[in-house]
Amino acid sequence: MTSEPSFDAYLLPEEHEAVREAVREVCDAKVAPNAAEADETGEFPKASYEALKAADFHAPHIPEEYGGAGADALATAIVIEEVARACAASSLIPAVNKLGTMPLLLAASDELKRRYLPPVARGEAMFSYCLSEPEAGSDAASMLTRAVPDGDHYVLNGVKRWITNAGVSEYYTVFAVTDPAARSRGISAFVVEKSDPGISFGAPEKKLGIKGSPTREVYLDNVRIPADRMIGDPGTGFGTAMKTLDHTRVTIAAQALGIAQGALDYARGYVRQRRQFGKAVAEFQGVQFMLADMGMKLEAARQLTYAAAGKSERGDADLTYFGAAAKCFASDAAMEITTDAVQLLGGYGYTRDYPVERMMRDAKITQIYEGTNQVQRIVMARQLLKD
Amino acid sequence: MNIVVLVKQVPDSGADRSLRPDDNTVDRGSAGNVINEMDEYAIEEALKVREAHGGEVTVLTMGPDRASESIRKALSMGPDRAVHVLDDALHGSCAVATSKVLAAALGRLGADLVICGAESTDGRVQVLPHMIAERLGVAALTGARRLAVDGATLTVERQTEEGYEVVTASTPAVVSVWDTINEPRYPSFKGIMAAKKKPVQTLSLADLGIAGSEVGFDGATSTVLEHTRRPPRSGGTKVTDEGSGGVRLVEFLATEKFV
Repeated sequence: MTSEPSFDAYLLPEEHEAVREAVREVCDAKVAPNAAEADETGEFPKASYEALKAADFHAPHIPEEYGGAGADALATAIVIEEVARACAASSLIPAVNKLGTMPLLLAASDELKRRYLPPVARGEAMFSYCLSEPEAGSDAASMLTRAVPDGDHYVLNGVKRWITNAGVSEYYTVFAVTDPAARSRGISAFVVEKSDPGISFGAPEKKLGIKGSPTREVYLDNVRIPADRMIGDPGTGFGTAMKTLDHTRVTIAAQALGIAQGALDYARGYVRQRRQFGKAVAEFQGVQFMLADMGMKLEAARQLTYAAAGKSERGDADLTYFGAAAKCFASDAAMEITTDAVQLLGGYGYTRDYPVERMMRDAKITQIYEGTNQVQRIVMARQLLKD
Repeated sequence: MNIVVLVKQVPDSGADRSLRPDDNTVDRGSAGNVINEMDEYAIEEALKVREAHGGEVTVLTMGPDRASESIRKALSMGPDRAVHVLDDALHGSCAVATSKVLAAALGRLGADLVICGAESTDGRVQVLPHMIAERLGVAALTGARRLAVDGATLTVERQTEEGYEVVTASTPAVVSVWDTINEPRYPSFKGIMAAKKKPVQTLSLADLGIAGSEVGFDGATSTVLEHTRRPPRSGGTKVTDEGSGGVRLVEFLATEKFV
């Protein structure tokens, strides 16, 4: 076999590498410097949002026909990965904008898309996704939020919990029961606006990580909205919610990759500088073995995530399996890698003077949200056993 | 206004750089190659002039095949098109020969305003803007920290050690800029995708009517005979404080003219 430079299977397209380079440049200069403060204060990092907006990285997946950058699923994953490498909380800006708008992209009328997607593309509005409730987490179909028809309107009542960027976002995809007898086939999806009378938000949750990204409850108290704000047909909401997650689990995997990469990069630099017993700790084989394992797990997670991103873009039939596998594997890997990064920094890693403890706390959520990793394993097993 | 920005691809100044042992030229294979930092400020300034006064921005590069990476990067910031002067005979060209090639290309492009970085991080001679202006017979406004365009009148604040000088000229002219002039934008997602579709014209020496013997090693007005690496940094001065540490520290700073 001779080397064949034109062999491009398993090679990212040139423009995807250019996107990675561009996001990294912006994030190194304008996002990373705000990460520690966003974590410390729990304030939404506005400066990071502005920097991402200036370069179209705040909602890159919005198609060009709606004024967006038109990034494919792989490019969007790379954007989220690179933002997360600098600041996990900020990476929820592009990630949640995709999560909130995906139901529209999958199921909404063109009219609804034309109304709500351009403001997101322009960076004037963010879009949150409201599925979970206090008593409906993994069992999302048991939701209690109701939408009752009233002339050419619907009236929504209920409580949504764990809503990322609630209060900051202008728009909300809300899933609500329209036909209680039909269980999951009686759930419909709606666009609710922050300015709709009757919508309010709970106190910010006191979280372990991703502190710069507000998580709050959303209260719907007789919120009366026009019927044309329904996304797709009545009763299709739960299907839309699940299809959305097939796509966006890839973005959580990408977020996990970025957090892990940030931790590995920091630890690599540290062990070469830190000297003990007269030499850099990187020269000890025990440290080297840890680094090698971290790098290996990260790269395996990356390849699985990018393969899943390709399936998301193409809409392949096995996306459900790959989305769950990528999210589960990458987030488990990120948890291990960030924990090992803290270990490599020793006592310093355990302090807030170094970023790796933040990365370890941020990594934890990727094993939990958009379906716990136990739910991901149920999803994968069902796919493996279905025929 | 027809604006041309001169962009040079250089080895990344943040990485370990070296000269080639065989011909003493910059080793472009050893380090990552990037747009010369100061040129990014030149691109930004050109885009700002275009935004305020209309017109077109063309990127002009002389360099080997791989310089096309830097052309794409430059175009992703927003310029309209690029011209790449590419010819194997150019390898080893001195500043005088380089100015001849770029001036010939600029002559074809008919620029009202040429903007470039005040220096490159590899050559660092700062002579190119002057040489090009001389060859084109136009004004050279060099080392700008601010540029104002009013019709055909250019006003520049020329940065000096002590402060700045105000210099005016009319177009066409060559303006070189320092990194104090603006904050270059980052390539945006849309910019990266648009850059793929922008025209890049390749010109050879024959296209410019220049013979191979006028450039490269054959036409060089100066020759690098040999080079050695900078010696490793020595230990420095250690002051052990035995009661007079403060005084000795101030003495050291005074000797080095820091105080």
